[in-house]
Amino acid sequence: MSELALAAFAAETGSHVVRAPRDRTFRVFARGFDEAAYLGRLQSEGVRWVARSAPEFPPLLRAIHDPPPGLFLRGDADADLLQRAAVAVVGARSCSPYGAQIARMIGRDLGRAGLVVVSGLARGIDGEAHRGALESGAGTVGVLGCGIDRDYPAAHRELAARIRATGLTVSEYAPGVEPAPWRFPARNRIIAGLSAATVVVEARDRSGALITADLALEEGREVFAVPGEITSALSSGTNDLLKLGAIPLTRSADVLDVFGLTSLETEAVELGSVAEEVLARLGDGPASADELARATGLDAGTLASALTELELAGCAVAGGGVYRAN
Amino acid sequence: MPTVHRVLARTLTHALVGLETRRVEVEAHLENGVPGFAIVGLADRACQEAKHRVRSGIASAELDWPIRRITVNLAPAALRKEGSAFDLPIALAILAASGQIPRDSLDDHAAVGELALDGRLRPVGGVLALAEAALEAGLPRLLCAARSSPEAALAGIDPVPVRHLADAVAYLRGERVPEPWVPRNGHRAEPPALDLADLRGQERARRALEIVATGGHNLLLAGPPGTGKTMLARRLPGILPPLSSAEAIEVTRIHSVAGMLAAERPLVTARPLRSPHYSASVAALVGGGPGPKPGEVSLAHRGVLVLDEFAEFQRPALEALRQPLEDGVVSIARVGGRAVFPARFQLVAAMNLCPCGARGDPAADCKCSPQRLSAFRDKLSRALLDRFDLVVAMPRPRAAELAAPPGEPSEPVRHRVAAARERLDVARAEWTKEATELLDLAVERLPLSGRGRARARRVAETIAALASEPAVGAEHLSEALAYRSPTELGAP
Repeated sequence: MSELALAAFAAETGSHVVRAPRDRTFRVFARGFDEAAYLGRLQSEGVRWVARSAPEFPPLLRAIHDPPPGLFLRGDADADLLQRAAVAVVGARSCSPYGAQIARMIGRDLGRAGLVVVSGLARGIDGEAHRGALESGAGTVGVLGCGIDRDYPAAHRELAARIRATGLTVSEYAPGVEPAPWRFPARNRIIAGLSAATVVVEARDRSGALITADLALEEGREVFAVPGEITSALSSGTNDLLKLGAIPLTRSADVLDVFGLTSLETEAVELGSVAEEVLARLGDGPASADELARATGLDAGTLASALTELELAGCAVAGGGVYRAN
Repeated sequence: MPTVHRVLARTLTHALVGLETRRVEVEAHLENGVPGFAIVGLADRACQEAKHRVRSGIASAELDWPIRRITVNLAPAALRKEGSAFDLPIALAILAASGQIPRDSLDDHAAVGELALDGRLRPVGGVLALAEAALEAGLPRLLCAARSSPEAALAGIDPVPVRHLADAVAYLRGERVPEPWVPRNGHRAEPPALDLADLRGQERARRALEIVATGGHNLLLAGPPGTGKTMLARRLPGILPPLSSAEAIEVTRIHSVAGMLAAERPLVTARPLRSPHYSASVAALVGGGPGPKPGEVSLAHRGVLVLDEFAEFQRPALEALRQPLEDGVVSIARVGGRAVFPARFQLVAAMNLCPCGARGDPAADCKCSPQRLSAFRDKLSRALLDRFDLVVAMPRPRAAELAAPPGEPSEPVRHRVAAARERLDVARAEWTKEATELLDLAVERLPLSGRGRARARRVAETIAALASEPAVGAEHLSEALAYRSPTELGAP
């Protein structure tokens, strides 16, 4: 009895199935299931199938207590990508500019160090983590909570296409499965399962990202949380994780240490003296252009010029009217 | 009933189609038959009602209403006539046809105005355009309401200030020349423009405003409520150079057609500042209506259009702004023809960074759902955001900034702007090698679209002019790049 039949049955009945059910409906379905024709249809849609029992199925995912019957893959990367050391970077959909910046930075640094960034392709932190990984040129894996043929959320259609150009989107759900709220926690177990470590960047209380962290802990994987302001609701989930014993992440190298990797030195950039001065001020914390103008005594025009120099050099990022050191 | 020899008479006037004018001949014909009064020639409701005003006006002026069959024709018959401006020409044509005024006295006169039931003449909109048309048609004098006469005089025509229909009759009979109109309280001065000194802090936004004033760019201010976005936007006219006399006439013509001109200030000399509410319809913004009237974009011609709560405007209204922003004119097609209104204005828009307004405010927590946020951003199409050369985020200033001394007043800023504008007019700036290289680097590293690149170039040239540098340097371009739209607004 094939695992593909299981996946097709789950799609057909709109249910979540990881083991063959012992009822008549499934027996009738399995008897009538034409695996070759189904695989042919998948191929014509550019979808590959990796069964749980196949050797290329990621061993870390096979090790969780309820691995999916298999994974549908889309993208130009080899299925090997799923075998490589991977880190999940997850967090809130409505994130702060700070969270977005950190997610992108982590995605970029991990990608540069040769790790595969796994995330959920959602808005906010997930999307930024993927974008960061793409910036580093590394392949990244987006795990969907709906059928493999769907781009969800629609706003990330373009991002999904970019991910597939060098990486993969994967799902346990066959083409045609609609996104439903209950499928996302199930999707999170795959994100956690594929990864040796999970980084939670920003999460409110009862955020889906905390489910991913819980699942990672259950499977004995490392969990990192990015400390946030104690007054911010967006950091209450991550700060609680820290209280429960998650590893605080204060630089991307914290994750690399777990894998015994060293971060690649970024080439030193040459900055003008004014830009250096502004960067030193940014070291004290995020500030608006006007606050920087007052602190440095520079006129607005010169300051704007220096800030662009820092942005172009990758030393600072702007968001919500505020500049942050990067 | 006196014997009537002449039964046909004619007055000349003009009808407004948008800002343009069409010559209209008002013919009155009297004949024997059942007494009656008909107006023909595609006259609208207000124009048909002229019958009653004209009849009462003539009676009130103690003139005779001819007890005959009266037909008034407004030619050309195919042109739709609207409004009450035909009252005076109709009355004069009837009086001339019935021999109460010499018929040839009307020959070198145009006439325009609305009659009151007691025979007084009321001002109508568009007198400047009508006077210009009359002059062009070779009519050296215009009979118009006394209050409109200073406005008519702007066109160079010789206005005859008519207070009452009896005045017009006496004048045309050659009995007396009406006295010129003098406003009772003298000419009112323009209210002084708002001053930048009122605004504390916000150095970046002030700097952006100066650049915008110099280069004629459009500006988008984004930030939480209460950070001075609107205050700043309203201070742009105060740092722009004054209107040239040709520009002042252009602006006056539009305001006159819209019926917004004060008799005490016939010529608009201050740059207009318009700030329509966000519930404004497409027609209110760009103009429209059956007899097309100028919209806010045209009323802001040569001035500033401030759109507060930019993201709250209806999507169609925002999209309708694209054409005037690009072309500097609005053309409105109607069954009756096309009207073209000039609309060369500077747009300053202000908006929150998210629907709840908390984004960019360190003291507040944004509660917007991602769906709501993306709907909010989707409303501002990329094409529309691309029309803003500068986007400035205005985060909430800390308390210390509000305690800062008042900022620089408008006066010195205006001088810098005027000087830089002159430099921009003289020659286009050269580009240094460093600046060109930086632009290539920026396109590679930043999300910068083709349009964004062109905008950055334009703004950099303005900044170089402000710095009185002959060539655009890297520092000018990098400053310009700091005013690009932030990624959180969803446009490169």
